[in-house]
Amino acid sequence: MSLTFESAGVGGTLSNEPKLSLADKLLRLNWLVALLVCLLGAIGCAMLYSAGDGGWDPWARRQLVRFAGGFVVMLVIALISIRVWMRLAYVIYFASLALLIAVEIMGQVGMGAQRWINLGFMQLQPSELMKVATVLALARYFHGTSLEEVGRLTRLILPLALVLAPTALVLQQPDLGTALMLMMVAGAIFFVAGVRLWKFAIVIAGGLAAIPVAWQFLHGYQRERILTFLDPSRDPLGAGYHITQSTIALGSGGLFGRGFGQGTQSHLNFLPERQTDFIFTMLAEEFGLIGGLTLIGLFGLLIAAGIIIGLRSYSQFGRLLAIGLATNLFLYVFINIAMVTGRIPVVGVPLPLISYGGTAMLTVMVSMGLILSVSIHRDQRISRHTLDGDM
Amino acid sequence: MDRDTDRQRSLTRRTLVLGGLQVGLFGVLGARLYDLQVNQAERYARLADDNRINVQLIAPSRGRIVDRFGQDLAVNDQDFRLLMVAEQAGDVEAVLDRLSAVLPLEDDDFERVLRDVSSRRSFVPVTVRENLSYRQVAEIEVNAPDLPGLSIDVGELRRYPHARLTTHVVGYVGAVSEEELTGDPVLALPGFRIGKSGVEREHDLTLRGEAGARQVEVNAIGRIIRELSRDEGQPGEDVQLTLDLDLQRYVQERLSTEISAAATVIDTETGEILALASHPGYDGNLFTNGIDHANWQRLLNDPHTPLVNKAIAGQYAPGSTFKMVVALAGLEDGVIDPNERIFCPGHLDFGNHRFHCWRRGGHGSLGMIEAIAQSCDVYFYELARRVGMDRISHFANRLGLGINLPLDMPGQRAGLVPTRAWKEATRGESWLQGETLIAGIGQGYVLATPLQLAVMTARLANGGREVTPHLTLRVGGPDAPLVDPPAEPLGFAEENMAVVREAMISVTSGRTGTARRSQIDEPGFEMAGKTGTSQVRRITAAERAAGITRNQDLPWARRDHALFVGYAPIASPRYACSVVVEHGGGGSAVAAPIASDILRETQRRAPARPLIQASDLADGLEGQDG
Repeated sequence: MSLTFESAGVGGTLSNEPKLSLADKLLRLNWLVALLVCLLGAIGCAMLYSAGDGGWDPWARRQLVRFAGGFVVMLVIALISIRVWMRLAYVIYFASLALLIAVEIMGQVGMGAQRWINLGFMQLQPSELMKVATVLALARYFHGTSLEEVGRLTRLILPLALVLAPTALVLQQPDLGTALMLMMVAGAIFFVAGVRLWKFAIVIAGGLAAIPVAWQFLHGYQRERILTFLDPSRDPLGAGYHITQSTIALGSGGLFGRGFGQGTQSHLNFLPERQTDFIFTMLAEEFGLIGGLTLIGLFGLLIAAGIIIGLRSYSQFGRLLAIGLATNLFLYVFINIAMVTGRIPVVGVPLPLISYGGTAMLTVMVSMGLILSVSIHRDQRISRHTLDGDM
Repeated sequence: MDRDTDRQRSLTRRTLVLGGLQVGLFGVLGARLYDLQVNQAERYARLADDNRINVQLIAPSRGRIVDRFGQDLAVNDQDFRLLMVAEQAGDVEAVLDRLSAVLPLEDDDFERVLRDVSSRRSFVPVTVRENLSYRQVAEIEVNAPDLPGLSIDVGELRRYPHARLTTHVVGYVGAVSEEELTGDPVLALPGFRIGKSGVEREHDLTLRGEAGARQVEVNAIGRIIRELSRDEGQPGEDVQLTLDLDLQRYVQERLSTEISAAATVIDTETGEILALASHPGYDGNLFTNGIDHANWQRLLNDPHTPLVNKAIAGQYAPGSTFKMVVALAGLEDGVIDPNERIFCPGHLDFGNHRFHCWRRGGHGSLGMIEAIAQSCDVYFYELARRVGMDRISHFANRLGLGINLPLDMPGQRAGLVPTRAWKEATRGESWLQGETLIAGIGQGYVLATPLQLAVMTARLANGGREVTPHLTLRVGGPDAPLVDPPAEPLGFAEENMAVVREAMISVTSGRTGTARRSQIDEPGFEMAGKTGTSQVRRITAAERAAGITRNQDLPWARRDHALFVGYAPIASPRYACSVVVEHGGGGSAVAAPIASDILRETQRRAPARPLIQASDLADGLEGQDG
């Protein structure tokens, strides 16, 4: 039965497939995901309101506007068929790669690293979009690869190239955190796509062996960050200051926190970057362990929803896309919270939907839009070999 | 399709592994949060408070010092200070340059400010100048836009309205030196001053009060965000002195006719010090802001030692004023009868040495009263010989000589009344009998301060009660209790005290008394007393050969000291006075007239407080019983 569906479907005519109207699509929208996104967005705005010392300016108002815009973007993306996204996957990938290269050439200098393109209304950070684009491209690639083919080394050359090209460019910026995240998302997709574990073992072993070499290529401040992470007391008023102050803020929050807007560490500027990378610290200082665990729980639900949507998709593209993007979201959340709790070095990864920032918001909304698209179009079957149905 | 099913199965399996890994990693985060926010919450809460709460001290207002009638001796003036916060100033040197156009700055100021700025965190204010006038403040305020980081701060500055009259007593305050830091944080406040001498030092802790504190919330760089709590602290308590400022002024001015002198007036009943004068004086206000080098050198090198409070730290051979001590010792020990007559041929031969009387021709035959009235030396050589040095010393100590009196101000010297043991211990030589004779006329090793002489006189005048000299009338407001040290009887026989007093009366009232010309001529104010002339150095044989026989022919620093001790009125003694004129010459010619004027003025002013008589109290009690 499914075979007939597939053979009919690949023709692109979709004649045997129920055509979904706009209303149908809206009805099939995963409201849990939408609700979680709104809830997290609201928490983000509330925390930015607190970060602005109880004011809509300078952050909360703009974040709210961005959230509204991002939500519309998310819905639009969700309503577009995953076939379209699959068709556009490589286009989007190469467009993002081009933007990344453009950043290298004409990017603005900021924070010692070239990462932005000024679009006028926002600072676009192509490396963020690159993560989504890479997930799209890998999902598309592995969609067309059978389990046996995945087992062949030659079949892994192209997807490796798809990952390593942007990783190299991001490292060039240099943005160690994003580069590592790209590799980890890609690794997750490789893993669920069926790549043998011993191949991972070889890559990881090779990676470990390369650490001393890579150390030579790291920038001074990156080395400093790693060393400071390993021993924060090395420089209590310098680089280690952030971690120390962040753990003090977290710890002093206690079980129930100091109350909304009452976080002394955050509001007295002991906490650096409280509106961006360290916003979780402020939340956990003001709402305590209860607040922190609640937020982690909400993210957990959203990620789980993404993974389940992936598992329920009838197409490998949809599965890989949703699982890859959910894993990407997981990595954001995990790396950010592990960073502010002093578990990993400060790598500059924002907390999606909560941290202040345009690109991160846009990236998350695009990701959620794609996941929702997978959800809406979960019954669509797509030929393994070609979109045009020449099986 | 089968292939896709395989693929899906593999994917589902592996996704569950991936999901499990994610759940596990979130679990790690949760555990970390639990550890930080529950297990270590207290520790971090404390660290957070340490981070943000800064305690700042508020300097307490220093207590005033007033005289016995409430006249100000030490007060606090508003002091306008110019402070600089380097962080706000930006280019400190440029700002100081611009400031110097408004307010003349010396190179020293420049260097000090730059040094302070570099040694402190950039938001800590540094004092640029103190003691600005209203005009300077106004000029700085007008130019404020060009002078970033500069601000005017109002503090307190100690001022002594009668410094020239009272600095020796009241003392002065000064900046806290490195050695004076006791760990009390208030001492480290910029501009904080503590008592350095006199009453200011004696009562420093009382006058200082207790520092207030304000808890302020600061941000990461230490800037104050808001005040959390404020404790104003305890201003210092006022100290009221027994001193009578107007009498002090009179005494100080009376002494100023001499080159260098000291005088003391005390209440014979209470021991209250009514005047404590040392001439020349100096201005304690010079020290409040740190005295400059030239003034300091001038004061330090002045041969008339203005920095020394001679009334308590000047040690002089008491000369004949010591004779009452020897007389009392002889009477108490029963080695002489007051009526026993001793013949004075002008000298006494003892061992192989001849001891001269001041009157070369001799006094003839004298009883004790005439011997004191005429200040016969031979009589007291003989009496001293009979009493012996150790007994003389014993009685001298009881009258307040040769010991540190329990005085409530720093800087007093103990003087000296030798004993045989003392000489053994300090000189390693045995006491010579001849030295007892010399000590008997208040010469030789014997030294006393003007205050000690006044105390001795008071104890003789009040019938032998051990009054304690003190300067503090009360500490705190007008309701505070008066300082009233006990004055226990010394246990001398009343008839012996009467003999000594009668002898002192005959000094000023007797036909042959050495101070008869200085007797107070106002009825009822008459005084009793004793003159003294103490040799600083013998006139040498060479000088005698060169024709120098008179004291006035010697250089100033080698002339005799002139002394007088006295009390008044004769009928019911209330005031005791001692006068020492350094290198002034004879006691009767120089010191007695001064003492006479002082005692007359004292009685006119009558500063002593009325005493509740013991009999009044007894009457009151009886009345209640009835």
